[in-house]
Amino acid sequence: MTPMSDAIVFEQVSFAYADGRVVLDKLDLTIASGELFALVGRSGAGKSTLLRLVNRLALPAGGRVLVDGRDTREWEPIALRRRIGFVQQDVGLFPHMTVAENIGLLAHIERWPAERIDQRVDELLTLVGLSNDQRDRWPDELSGGQQQRVGVARALMLDPPVLLMDEPFGALDPLTRLALRREFRRLQSSLRKTVIIVTHDMREAFDLSDRMGAIDEGRLVAVDTREDLERSTHEFVRALMATVEPVTAGARES
Amino acid sequence: MTTLFEFWGAHQAELFAMLTRHVWLVAAATTLAVAIGVPLGIIAAKRPRVGKPLVVITNLVQTIPSLALFGFLLPLPFIGGVGARTALVALVLYGILPILQTTAAGIAGVDRSLIQAATAMGLTARQRLLLIEMPLALPSVLAGIRVSTVVGVGTATIAAAIGAGGLGEYIFRGLAMVDATVILAGAVPAAALALLADALLAWIGRRAADRHRRFFRRFSPGRRRVVVAATIAVTLILAAILVAVASTQRGASAPIIVGSKNFTEQLLLGELVAQTIERRAQLPVERKLNLGGTLICERALMSGDIDVYVEYSGTALTAVFKQPVVRNRASVLDIVRQHYAATGRTLLDPLGFNNTFAILVRGSVARELALRTISDAVPHARTWRAGFGYEFLEREDGYKGLARAYGLTFREPPRVMDLNLSYRALASGQVDLIAGDATAGAISALDLQMLEDNRAYFPPYDAAPVVRTSTLLAHPEIGDALRALGGRINEMSMRKMNEAVDIHRRDPSQVAREFLQQLQQ
Repeated sequence: MTPMSDAIVFEQVSFAYADGRVVLDKLDLTIASGELFALVGRSGAGKSTLLRLVNRLALPAGGRVLVDGRDTREWEPIALRRRIGFVQQDVGLFPHMTVAENIGLLAHIERWPAERIDQRVDELLTLVGLSNDQRDRWPDELSGGQQQRVGVARALMLDPPVLLMDEPFGALDPLTRLALRREFRRLQSSLRKTVIIVTHDMREAFDLSDRMGAIDEGRLVAVDTREDLERSTHEFVRALMATVEPVTAGARES
Repeated sequence: MTTLFEFWGAHQAELFAMLTRHVWLVAAATTLAVAIGVPLGIIAAKRPRVGKPLVVITNLVQTIPSLALFGFLLPLPFIGGVGARTALVALVLYGILPILQTTAAGIAGVDRSLIQAATAMGLTARQRLLLIEMPLALPSVLAGIRVSTVVGVGTATIAAAIGAGGLGEYIFRGLAMVDATVILAGAVPAAALALLADALLAWIGRRAADRHRRFFRRFSPGRRRVVVAATIAVTLILAAILVAVASTQRGASAPIIVGSKNFTEQLLLGELVAQTIERRAQLPVERKLNLGGTLICERALMSGDIDVYVEYSGTALTAVFKQPVVRNRASVLDIVRQHYAATGRTLLDPLGFNNTFAILVRGSVARELALRTISDAVPHARTWRAGFGYEFLEREDGYKGLARAYGLTFREPPRVMDLNLSYRALASGQVDLIAGDATAGAISALDLQMLEDNRAYFPPYDAAPVVRTSTLLAHPEIGDALRALGGRINEMSMRKMNEAVDIHRRDPSQVAREFLQQLQQ
C-alpha cells in the first residue's frame, strides 16, 4: 500500500434520514492511505453517518463512497466490514464472551488455527496496554478504560487496513481519556492505519490527527491542519477553535 | 394420608408406569414445543409483521380449554385419535406460546449497540444470531421453557381423558369412583412433578442468567457454532423419533382395544368386555378406559382408535345419531343397529340391563314429602336447586325435554357439575335434585330416592357392546365371546358391581373378574 494512495473517497455524497432530514449534502472528502483524519462537529451533524457510509452500515442517497477505489455498493458488505475495524463509543463488548473471546471472535469465524489466535490476542493485549492475565476476565469486570482498550484490540484483530472510531474515548473520564489518547497516538505511529476518528473534542482532534475536518449543516466547512484552521474566518470554525483556548483536556461534552 | 400411601403401595408398578408415561409425555411435548417455538420466536423478533399474527394465533390456541382442544383434535386424521398422539399435539400447541414469546422478547431485548458492533465487525446475520443474540436471549428462552413445562405437567393430567395415560388416569378414575384417595394418588405426584420440574429449570435458568456466559465458557466461538448446530440436530432427531414412536404405538400385532367412558359402570363394563375377549377369544387386549364421554368414545370407535365399547341404546339414538326420541325398547335397538351398521359398526346383543336416567332426590326429603314420581316433585321444585352433568343438560333426551314433559322449573338455572360428584352434592344438600344413573351404587349407599318416570319421558338405555365391523370380520371370535354376555347382566347385578367399586372401594377389574367367574358357574 503506497502511503499516498487514496484509501477512502467521498464523491458528492448526500444522505438523509427516513424522515427527510438532510444529514450530508453533496460532501466531498478524500482520505489518503495511512492518514489519521479527525472529524469534528456538533452532535447530530452527521459525523457518525459519515463513518457508517464507509463500512456500508448505510448507503448514500446520492453520490458514492469509494473504499480502495471501489464503490461501497459494489463491495460485498461482509468482506468490506472485515477489512474495516470499528470502535464505537459504548464499546459494545459481548457480555457473554471473555476478553480473549471478544478479541478473537472474528479470527474464529475466519477459521484461524487456535494457536495463531492465542498468539495474536496476546500480541494485541500488549499493544493496547493490557496484561495477559486479563484474557479470561469478563467485560463487566473491567474499567471503562480497559473496556475501550479491548474494543480497540478487537477492531485490530484481523489487522484491517482501515479503522473507524466513533467517539472512542467520549465516555471516559478526562484522565483516562488523555492516557488512551496518548497511547493511541503511539500505536498509530507504528501501525500507520487509515483512520477516521469522530470527536466533538477539538483538543483530541488536534492531539491525534494529521488532518481534520469540521462538519456543519451537512457540509465540510474546513479540511486542514491546525494552522489552517486557526487562520480560518468561518464562523463555525472560529467557534470550535474557541473551545480549545482554555487548556482543560477537553472534558466538556456538547 | 395412610390410605394414600397404602394405595400407592398396592399400585406401585402402575403408579411408576403412569409417572413414567407422564414424564415422557411432558418431555416429548416440551422438546417439540422448543423445536417449534424457538424458531418461531426468532422469526417473530426479526419480522414483526409475521410475528404479531403468530403471537395472536398461539395466544388463541392457549385460550382454548384443554378438554375442548382435545375434542377438536380427536377426529383429525394423522394427528388426531385417542391416545398419546393427540395429547402430544395438544400439549405442543399449548407449550409453543410461552417459548415463542420469551424467545422473541429475549432477542428483541439484546442491546442495540451489541448488534451494531456485531454487524460492523462483519458478522453475517446467521453468525450474529447464533453467536450473539441466541446466547444472550438464552435466560429468557429458558424462562419460557420453564413455564411451558410446568403448564405441560398440569395439562397432561387432562390428557388421560382421551386415553393418553399418565397421572391424570388416577384423577379421572378417582372422580369416577368419587374417591378422594384415588384422586390424590394422581394429583399429588402430578403437583410434585410440576414443582420439581419448575425447581430444576429455575436452577438451570439461574445458572444461565447469573453467569450465563459460563454456560458457554467451555466452548470457543468456533466450537460453539458446532454445539449450537448439534443441539438443533439432536432436538430435531429426538422430536422425529418421539413422533415416530407416538404414531406407531399401534404395531402390527395390534391388540383389540377396549374403550369406556369415564364413570364407574363404564369402567366395569370395559373390564367385563376386555376380560371376556381375553378369556373366551384368547386375543390380546389393550384397555383405553376412562375416555372423556360419549362423543369421545364415538369418535374413537369411528376412527379405529378403539375397537369396542359399551353404549346405551337411548344414548346412541339421540346423542350419537341425533334421532328423535323413541320409547319402544325394540324399536330403539333396531334404529340404532341400522345406523351403526351404516357407519361400519356392529351393535351386539344387549347385556340385559336398562341404565335409564334416574331423577334423584334425598331419601329424607322423599319420605317427608311422600314423593314417589317425578310429577309429585314438580310443585316443590320451584324452591329447589338442581345439578346436572353437562351431557344431561345438552342432550335431546335430557333436561330440556324433561322440563317440557313435566313442566318442571327450579329456583335458579340448573348447576353444571360432574355426574359422579352430583350424588355427593345431592346427599350433602348443595343441590336438591339430580339426574343420575339408575344403576348407580351411590343410590342406596347415600340414601337417595329415585323418582319414577311416570310420564315415560326417558327412552330406554339398554347397554350393548358396539364393535367395529372390520374388527369383527378379522376376529369373528370376538362376536362369539361377547354374545355370551348377552342378557346376562341385569339391573341388580350392575348396581351391585357399581356399589362394590363406588362404596366399597374395590378394584373394578377384580369386581368384573368375580362376576365373570360367577357367570361361568
